[in-house]
Amino acid sequence: MSLAGQHFLGLRGVSADIIHAILDASEGFRDISRRTIKKVPTLRGRTVLNVFLENSTRTRISFELAAKRLSADGVNMSASGSSTSKGESLVDTAQTLDAMQADVIVIRHGQSGAPQVIAKHVKARVINAGDGRHEHPTQGLLDMLTMRQRFGHLEGLQVAIVGDVTHSRVARSNLIGLKTMGAQTRVFGPNTLMPRELAEVYGTTVCTSLRECLEGAHVVMTLRLQKERMTSGLLPELREYSRVYGLNSNAMKLARPDAIVMHPGPVNRGVEISAELMDGPQSVILDQVENGVAVRAALLYLILGGDES
Amino acid sequence: MSEYWIVNGRLLDPASKTDRVVDVRIADGKIAEIAKPATRKGANNIDASGKWVIPGIVDIHVHLREPGQEYKEDIESGSKAAAAGGVTTMVAMPNTKPVLHNAELVKHVLRRGIEVGLARVLPSAAVTMDQKGERLTPFEELKTAGAVALTDDGNPVADPKLFRSALEYAKAFDLPVLTHAEELGLSCCGSMHEGAVSTELGLGGIPRVAEDVAVARDIMLAEYTGGWLHVCHVSTAGAVDLIRQAKARGVRVTGEGAPHHFALTHDAVRGYQTFAKMSPPLREEVDRVAVIEGLRDGTLDAIATDHAPHSSLEKDVAFDDAANGIIGLQTMLPLSLDLWRKEKMPLLDVIDRLTTGPARCLNLPYGQIKQGGVADIAIVDPNETWLFDASQILSKSHNSPFLGHTMTGRVVCTILEGKVVFTLTVS
Repeated sequence: MSLAGQHFLGLRGVSADIIHAILDASEGFRDISRRTIKKVPTLRGRTVLNVFLENSTRTRISFELAAKRLSADGVNMSASGSSTSKGESLVDTAQTLDAMQADVIVIRHGQSGAPQVIAKHVKARVINAGDGRHEHPTQGLLDMLTMRQRFGHLEGLQVAIVGDVTHSRVARSNLIGLKTMGAQTRVFGPNTLMPRELAEVYGTTVCTSLRECLEGAHVVMTLRLQKERMTSGLLPELREYSRVYGLNSNAMKLARPDAIVMHPGPVNRGVEISAELMDGPQSVILDQVENGVAVRAALLYLILGGDES
Repeated sequence: MSEYWIVNGRLLDPASKTDRVVDVRIADGKIAEIAKPATRKGANNIDASGKWVIPGIVDIHVHLREPGQEYKEDIESGSKAAAAGGVTTMVAMPNTKPVLHNAELVKHVLRRGIEVGLARVLPSAAVTMDQKGERLTPFEELKTAGAVALTDDGNPVADPKLFRSALEYAKAFDLPVLTHAEELGLSCCGSMHEGAVSTELGLGGIPRVAEDVAVARDIMLAEYTGGWLHVCHVSTAGAVDLIRQAKARGVRVTGEGAPHHFALTHDAVRGYQTFAKMSPPLREEVDRVAVIEGLRDGTLDAIATDHAPHSSLEKDVAFDDAANGIIGLQTMLPLSLDLWRKEKMPLLDVIDRLTTGPARCLNLPYGQIKQGGVADIAIVDPNETWLFDASQILSKSHNSPFLGHTMTGRVVCTILEGKVVFTLTVS
């Protein structure tokens, strides 16, 4: 199976071969991004609609740049001022966009499963740019690309994920993708932010201490903590969160000496990760951002590339 | 056709524990005679050879949407679906627009049911004005107008003191209080059962305890007040146990199970299937089995559909935005027969949970076939297999997770007070 002509809604069900193919292609697009002339004509004349119905800066810009570097025509639509805020239904929005003859619709939506609904109603190929708490597959890919660049392989890597897993589509896509690629994952976070049956659903290990989670890890990924977890009664206060679940250089000593630190951004400095760790040599947070453009370009290329007719 | 025979059918009447082949004479809307099979002359006779003759089904949990949401369903379309499903008596839920909270509205629904004449429509009325959970409705007035039960259904009465008052006050008027048992503080803001599938799909979960805590509260209040409580659409193993224990203590409580809760689990939600979204949600295998065991041992007295029509406006949307509920009148019988066919529940017990059981829950004089009684009858071909698809649906709405499923067992004829209201025509 290839990606040509397919929707890309999540990493669940995507084979290791396909993930390798995307990551391989991404390396090439990263090289292009580092040239002075950062553009290739590959997707000239193709149309990519970026539909961001939930606030986003980095993912939206990343997709936009990816399309531009392939010479596709990209148009952005965001939540505020859009027809959806005027009461148009999701299906109507999808069909309207489709009627504009988009080749690809990139969709970010606050509700889990919204891209699946859109995919059912359009001729265009749909890429999920993050849906609710469900998946953020391009983030999973760019994270895996970053890990592979550092360690040369994914198989056998020990990846620790720390934080609010319940509300994290990033954690879910990483857990799925990493399992497919033969890496081992473990997670740690407040019990109130761990979804039910996490270990069974994702084949991961749920740890009871930061020590257990970080010991021997190649990769330590921390997740963004939304401040509303305090007001909704799931956590008492930021200070305690930071003390028990926050990452700093001291905690990182539990991991392997060559371990890297990742964060999907945007970061709450001093909450889930200390400023010194974020800015230190173990941090690959900016590599993640760079790889994001490359992965998204590779995905557009692979989805549209086999569909030249 | 004021007099005719139903000839040579296998009469299955749980109230009298009858299971034998008989002829049944109908006259003036009543069962005039039950007799040994013989040659019967009469142009209007119905040959039921090879078929079952069962009491008309009593479905005590149906949303007919009239008045106010006729684009989803109305009393006519709902009654057509009922007749095709062998349902002769429906208890209509009061969450219409406006809410059934005064005598005029209750009478309106009663009158519309009689005008349509395809099924008996018995209105339930709200416990609180506008189902807002603030002020009790006039129970005596509602009872006199024809309401057979009180419920705020999907907007459960959150205030325990008010619910206590409802149980206590309703006793004087011999009205049961039906509870959609849900602790909203625990179920918010979930959209499916909290478990492995909600974790996988990234959907907010509704934990079992949201139901268990509410069932426990309502049972304790019924026990304390001596009130008359009926628990709607029980979906968790814990709630079945709580009702079982309460019955053993002598609490006046009954319970119902919905076909989707004994036929499906939360796995049906995968793919963000909004047709598998309802409240309470589809749960896990352990719960599905517990509902079946509850029906088997009589802890759950009744099978009720919670027939809840919604249009594509409410269902063809993102999962969180989708309305709760599915239609169920036309699939109720075949899904229930699977309890006999697959789960080895005694056939007469299955029929009981569809007829006599629900009538018992609300003290309704229906659900049995006896001489002198009202002639509400469904004639069933137990072996007919048929595809449930959109072309079969008589409701205005098509929101069923069973679309595309093959059903075994089908109603071929439905009789309401002696009048044939449905005859299957096979195309």
